[in-house]
Order: sequence, then structure tokens, then C-alpha cells
Amino acid sequence: MAYIDNSNSIPVPAGEARVEDYLALLKPSVMSLVVFTAIVGLLVAPGAINPVIAVIAIVCIAIGAGASGALNMWYDSDIDAIMSRTANRPIPAGRITREEALVFGLVLSVFSVALLSLATNWVAGGLLAFTIVFYAVIYTMWLKRSTPQNIVIGGAAGAFPPMVGWAAVTGTIPIESVALFMIIFLWTPPHFWALALYKQSDYGAAGIPMMPNVKGEASTKLQILVYSVLLAASALVPTILGFSGLVYTVVAVLTGAMFLWLAWKLFRAEDGVPMRKAARTLFTYSLSYLFIVFFALLTDNLLTRFGSVIG
Amino acid sequence: MSAPNEIREVIIYPPEIEAARAKVRRRRSLALGAALALFAITFYVLTIIKMGPAVFDRAI
Repeated sequence: MAYIDNSNSIPVPAGEARVEDYLALLKPSVMSLVVFTAIVGLLVAPGAINPVIAVIAIVCIAIGAGASGALNMWYDSDIDAIMSRTANRPIPAGRITREEALVFGLVLSVFSVALLSLATNWVAGGLLAFTIVFYAVIYTMWLKRSTPQNIVIGGAAGAFPPMVGWAAVTGTIPIESVALFMIIFLWTPPHFWALALYKQSDYGAAGIPMMPNVKGEASTKLQILVYSVLLAASALVPTILGFSGLVYTVVAVLTGAMFLWLAWKLFRAEDGVPMRKAARTLFTYSLSYLFIVFFALLTDNLLTRFGSVIG
Repeated sequence: MSAPNEIREVIIYPPEIEAARAKVRRRRSLALGAALALFAITFYVLTIIKMGPAVFDRAI
């Protein structure tokens, strides 16, 4: 019988999972970004929504994202055990069985989609269901282990939440919500490839065809630069479409320029330690970038609404 | 249905491990209970919001 260490330093038999282990299956760190972008999509969307229903919608989106994380951990437990970054996750560490994670993920998926559909509308519920299936089946089961373009296409799963939030209010998928989708979609490749550049030995050991392992570092750095240009340009689309104002535009230009500068520094960095350092800097900045851009969009929108109310 | 003469493996844990298991199990049960209660309350509130207070105002 295997034993695991619990927080009180008393060994507990494997399979006796703590509440914290189930919460870890939901990938809380990823969930925070999903929740934040969904909130922005929901608040920026034109129209009104009951505040209680808005909270329920956000909780459903968060649980749906968590459920897809649990399904991802269920399927990927074999490679999670190999990579240092993921070896202590509940399944490879032996605290939760694969079957428990699968059931947990499926129950939460059905629950979140059903509740969101009933609370808001079927478009939002359908989009959330599509997001879960896209992440768990298309990305995790298919793309991740078969192509270096895995996170380019799979990144769509992480880009859907603002669309779901928008649809929760309007029941539609207009071009404005697609613009928010595109920002996250184009942000994903430089974000994950920067991580892969300084963690490529991990991915290589697990047999995941990440871009640096398959196409080499030079090609990856070039592609990061290209996607950074596209990202900086896509961040200006809300201004072009007219659903953001001056505050957002200034922030999008400045943060986009910074992103491009760091991508350029990575592109020019020499192999070895300088390259890994530049990749790490870009990865860290990219996390802040998305928060700043979406926060600016939200602030700008709220200022405009507030101004029109008091004006 | 198990056969009458089947020998089952019974694992007896030391008392401190058994206590830790019980504590983990109790916390899990409490979390599950809280989640179910929250679920019921959510549906109750949602019904009121979607259908209005008039949902109570009808002949039974």
C-alpha cells in the first residue's frame, strides 16, 4: 500500500484525496485568467444582465474551465509524471486516481454547461460546452502529442471565455467578441513558446512536440516575433471597431510595444543562458500583458458608461 | 455478489493513520455537502430571478 504525505505530516493511504487535491485538479492559476477575461467580456458587452445571474455565469465559466483542467490532468497523467513542473500534480503524486479525476471532470462539465444554459442562454452554454470539448478532446487528446502547432490551435480553448461572457449577456457572437478572442488566441503562441524555450528539456523528456524541440530554437524565436507583431496589431482592433476609447488605445500601444521589444530581444539573444533569460522575461511579461490589456479595456468601457450616465 | 468462501484482504491501518484518514474523509464530506447546498440555493435564487416573485402566487 502506497502512502502519501498530508499537510499534517501524518501519512495517509494513496487515494484518500484531500479537498485541496480536488481544487488543484481545477488548475486554479489558469482559472484566474479565464475568470478575469470572462468578466471583462461580460461587462464590456452591450446590454444589461442581472448581477446575480452575472455572478452565476462567471462561476459556471470558472467551473467549466476547471472541469476541462481536470479532464486534461486525467488524460495527461502519464506525461505529467515525467515533467518537473507537473510531477507533483494530484494524479502523478498518487493522491487522486485517474478514475476519480475523470468522474470529477465530467460531472463538473455537465453541471457548468447545464447551469449556464439555464441561467443565461443556450448560446453561452453551447460555447462553454464547445470550449470544454475543444480543450479536453481536440487539444489534450489530439493536438498536444501530435503536432508542434498544438498550442496555436489549442490556444483557442483559452480564448473562448470572453466570448462566453459576452454571449451570456447578449446571446450572440458579434465581431467585437471575436476581437477579444483573437487577442488571447494570438497571445498564446508567444506565451507558451517562451516557456517551452527555457523548459524544452522537460517537454522533450515527455515526448511532447513543442516548437523548440521540433523546429529548433531559431525558428521558434522567429515565430514568437511574428506572433508578437500580430498580437500587438490585434490589440488595436477594439479601437478600430469603436468599442474602446483613448485609455485603452494608449495602454494597448505601450504594452504592445513592450511585448514587441522583448520578443525582439529574445530573437536577437545568443543561444544558451542569454536566450533562456530572455525567454523567461518574455514569458513573465506576457502574463502581465494580458491582464493589463483586458483591465484597460474594462476601465475604458466603465469610464465611458459612467461618463454617459452622469453626462 | 461475492462468493461465500471468498477471502477478502482487510487492511488495518495504525490508529494515527486511521485518524488522519477519517479527518480527510470528514473534510471531503463537508465540502461536498456545502457544494450541494450552494447548488440548491443557486437554483432557488435563479428561479426567483427568472420567473419573478409571482412564482409563489398561484393556485396549488
